[in-house]
Amino acid sequence: MTLAPETTTLKVQLRVDDAADDWFPVCDISALMPGRGVAALLPDGRQAALFQDRAGRLYAIDNRDPFTGAAVLSRGLIGSHQGRPFVASPLLKQRFELESGRCLDDDAVTVATYEIRTA
Amino acid sequence: MTATGATPTIVLVGHGMVGQRFLEALAERGLTATHRVVVLCEEPRPAYDRVALTSYFSGKTPEDLSMTDMAFIEKEGIELYVGDPAETIDRESRKVTARSGLVVDYDVLVLATGSYPFVPPVPNKDAEGCFVYRTIEDLLAIEEYAKAKATTGAVVGGGLLGLEAAGALKGLGLNAHIVEFAPRLMPVQVDEGGGAALLRTIADMGLSVHTGVGTQEIVTDDSGAVTGMKLSDGSELATDMVVFSAGVRPRDQLARDSGLTVGERGGITVDEQCRTVSDPHVFAIGECALAADGRVYGLVAPGYEQAETAAATIAADEASFTGADLSTKLKLLGVDVASFGDAHGATDDCLDVVYSDSRSGLYKKLVIGRDGELLGGILVGDADAYGTLRALTGSVPPVSPEQLVLPAGSGGGAQLGPSALPDEAVICSCHNVSKGTIRGAVTDHQCTTVPEVKKCTKAGTGCGSCVKVLGQLVNAELEASGVEVDKGLCGCFSQTREELYEIVLALRINKYQDVLDRYGREGARGGDGCEICKPAVGSIIASLAPTIGASGYVLDGDQAALQDSNDHFLANLQKNGSYSIVPRIPGGEITPEKLIVIGEVARDFGLYTKITGGQRIDMFGARVEQLPLIWARLVDAGFESGHAYGKALRTVKSCVGQTWCRYGVQDSVRMAIDLELRYRGLRSPHKLKSAVSGCQRECAEAQSKDFGVIATANGWNLYVAGNGGATPRHADLLAQDLSDAELIRLIDRFLMFYIRTADRLERTSTWLERIPGGLDHVRDVVVDDSLGICEELESLMAAHVANYRDEWAETINDPEKLSRFVSFVNAPDTPDPVVGFVPERDQIKPDLPLLTIGTRPLEGSAQR
Ligand code: SRM
Ligand SMILES: Cc1cc2nc3c(=O)[nH]c(=O)nc-3n(C[C@H](O)[C@H](O)[C@H](O)COP(=O)(O)OP(=O)(O)OC[C@H]3O[C@@H](n4cnc5c(N)ncnc54)[C@H](O)[C@@H]3O)c2cc1C
Ligand code: SF4
Ligand code: FES
Repeated sequence: MTLAPETTTLKVQLRVDDAADDWFPVCDISALMPGRGVAALLPDGRQAALFQDRAGRLYAIDNRDPFTGAAVLSRGLIGSHQGRPFVASPLLKQRFELESGRCLDDDAVTVATYEIRTA
Repeated sequence: MTATGATPTIVLVGHGMVGQRFLEALAERGLTATHRVVVLCEEPRPAYDRVALTSYFSGKTPEDLSMTDMAFIEKEGIELYVGDPAETIDRESRKVTARSGLVVDYDVLVLATGSYPFVPPVPNKDAEGCFVYRTIEDLLAIEEYAKAKATTGAVVGGGLLGLEAAGALKGLGLNAHIVEFAPRLMPVQVDEGGGAALLRTIADMGLSVHTGVGTQEIVTDDSGAVTGMKLSDGSELATDMVVFSAGVRPRDQLARDSGLTVGERGGITVDEQCRTVSDPHVFAIGECALAADGRVYGLVAPGYEQAETAAATIAADEASFTGADLSTKLKLLGVDVASFGDAHGATDDCLDVVYSDSRSGLYKKLVIGRDGELLGGILVGDADAYGTLRALTGSVPPVSPEQLVLPAGSGGGAQLGPSALPDEAVICSCHNVSKGTIRGAVTDHQCTTVPEVKKCTKAGTGCGSCVKVLGQLVNAELEASGVEVDKGLCGCFSQTREELYEIVLALRINKYQDVLDRYGREGARGGDGCEICKPAVGSIIASLAPTIGASGYVLDGDQAALQDSNDHFLANLQKNGSYSIVPRIPGGEITPEKLIVIGEVARDFGLYTKITGGQRIDMFGARVEQLPLIWARLVDAGFESGHAYGKALRTVKSCVGQTWCRYGVQDSVRMAIDLELRYRGLRSPHKLKSAVSGCQRECAEAQSKDFGVIATANGWNLYVAGNGGATPRHADLLAQDLSDAELIRLIDRFLMFYIRTADRLERTSTWLERIPGGLDHVRDVVVDDSLGICEELESLMAAHVANYRDEWAETINDPEKLSRFVSFVNAPDTPDPVVGFVPERDQIKPDLPLLTIGTRPLEGSAQR
């Protein structure tokens, strides 16, 4: 009999510096509820919003809502549009693509994205 | 040819329904720009909806009844003299003199003086306690007398108006009698069979009907006040007041005095252009006119047509009025009565097809011509088919007449849809709008909703009896013209919210993902849904939780992921990422101890406090990690969630009511608390608000609520579908004089029916305006149980009430849930640094400049 891997011990990590191969551990994977997000405080004071979709894929974007300045994107609802995942800001409801950070309601606006993995 | 020099003058005498319509027609033709327009209005208020007069007794105010938009009057430069009737006309020098002494020279004079109620010349007809039923002033006088001095009232006349008046007396709490000289009620509109069906239903309502007897004398006491009336059969009827409703007569005295020709039985004689036959400068329209076909029309639709005709003629356009249809559809005392076309079968060689069921008060008669064409008919008890049948008049119906009168569901009955109608068929007879015009509004003018079509064609904006057919036509036309009306909820579901509700309820599905994977659009199945359907389905699951075996706690299991952001944190998100907290204060009643607790909590956490518009207290500026700490204190002191964050019941406001207020007639505070506690936590398509007032002074503003309750001497009146907000709407009276139990049962049904059938984010007001049949339909369903679903609606509500738990108490007792209330998953003790505050008026407000720091370029990030 094979045991399923103990998923709760998997750590979610973010790459905070593109140049260096520098992975920053954030939390246990169990802290992420599919369909919702959490916020993480990064070492330099920035904030990231982390999400897990229904299929278990992970995404991370900047937590700051560029339309209001509030750090709230992690509290938005996520969904998928034509197969592409997005989060809707909880304040004024603009949608942001989770993979690219592109705002679907305003071409001129994009939020930063982060590489994310479990280890 | 102007009398006054530069600008020619049009003088309108009488600002009633037809007069107002005439002014609109002038404006539409641009005549207000080229003419001086002067209006002499006798009544103390400008034109109002006389047809809806009786709705004053079901809560409409004189302002609600007004048909006059003062902005229109001003914009068009119309000179309106209210309370200043015309007294003399000098046709020689073309001058009108008003009571105030005002003299106006005219080029065109239009008489629209309407009718006066006919009072039979019986002894003592003017005694104290005798009234007529024509103006708002008449109704105010009737109401005052009935309340002060009467327990019994009699109406002379069993026609349309008499029945309305009798219903009004009954509504005022009097024993009401109807005395009709003819052998049946509504002799003009219905035949013997119809009268019998009507009589039975009306007698069942507790009104006493005396047909075939005349009034001989009004009996008075020594002071000259009414005590009864002597009838032609020798009997005497004791009554404290009498309302005469024995027909109307044209008000043509002014015309007579100025030498204009009037008919033998009254009415100012006019030609097909509505011009008086005696004087080309003078027109007459509405109920005061004797039309070219020799008739005086006592209905508003023909009057409107005359108003159009006169305006067109003045503008030198071609128009004529040669006669009109006398079709009517009414809801009298809750009974549908309609007659159309040749209702009495006056045409040679015609045949009747009759269906009559006296047990249920149904009577339907169709008059069929020699070649099978429909000539007219009478419907009593169920007039749903009126709109279609009236429009079919003159043509051979596509199914046999027998099938048209049999009730639906009886095997033989056929429901004729409006698709069966020819394009020329008149759908809206108030505004003379044909099916073709309505179709054109959709196909050529891109109207896609009933309100748009109403605006574009005016159809449905008169008596409203055609709105049902109008809705069916608009939908049929949209579908036919291939306009893909995607009624789907969102990109993930092609169903409406209502359809999803039925799916969830019928199949007892309690997981969003199951609904999406089985019923979602092709490409959406297996996906993550979206921010529109997740909360909508989450709300449906929450409303039905006990019945479909879901948890009643919205943060349980996978329901948590569906909730809107506010529901997910059980608080309202503010612009800087902080939250507000609103504990429930049922009915607005709160003890000093609880007030102190709120004060202490707000002080200890440094929150901004404000009294809300909903009679409770809002505390602003809590950080997400403070929410559980604050609520622990509040729950401990006996507070619970106020659901200010949810599409759910908000507040039931109350006035102080009978306990303290000198006017109060019921305990409005107790009822408000009972209602708030009953419906707390009920998730719905949009938020729900309510209020209870202790008397009709209405201090709690119940008529602006989704469901509002106003105390009466006998119980409670229930109003529904009111709204404040961006598009205010006065609530409609659903039922009167209810006991506590009846009130609650009716609200249970109403709310559950709304939750079941409304669209996402559709308040009760927009819902009621949208659904076919509107208020009548809702009343049929929730009062008369026409769909047979009331038992289910009640049991769904009972399940909700029995399963209610406070979600904040639940949350603070669940460590797993509490772990979500942090700013940062990796630094639970660190507050979000952009949530900051600055002082203002001794309290705090968000530090907005702090939010802009985020605009500094993010070094090291890939995207820009
Ligand atoms: C706090 C309060 C204003 C106040 O300081 O008095 C308020 C505050 C908000 N109102 Fe309101 N409304 C408040 C009473 C009202 C009232 C008056 C009343 O209830 O008697 C109305 C008009 C009555 C009505 O609803 O028919 C009102 C009509 C609205 C509307 C327009 C609704 C409509 O049908 O047009 C919205 C927008 C919406 O719901 O879509 C709204 C939305 C909001 C929101 C939720 C906006 C938002 O999404 O952030 C505000 C959030 C408050 C918060 O964060 O706590 N609020 N709002 C009042 C809370 C009452 C309470 O104790 O629960
Ligand atoms: C209770 C009730 C219910 C009704 N229900 C229906 C219905 O369901 N369907 C339907 O089609 N019709 C109905 N009617 C009839 C409908 O109201 C009339 O057909 C319509 O009001 C006629 O409009 P009008 O402008 O000709 O007369 P009115 O509306 O009576 O207006 C005439 C106005 O002229 C004023 N006036 C008179 N003399 C002078 C003067 N010398 N100077 C200045 N002003 C003057 C009067 O004060 C009055 O305000 C109902 C009427 C009543 C009373
Ligand atoms: S609504 Fe009536 S009972 Fe209530 S406070 Fe006002 S006046 Fe008093
Ligand atoms: S028939 Fe009266 S509004 Fe259309």
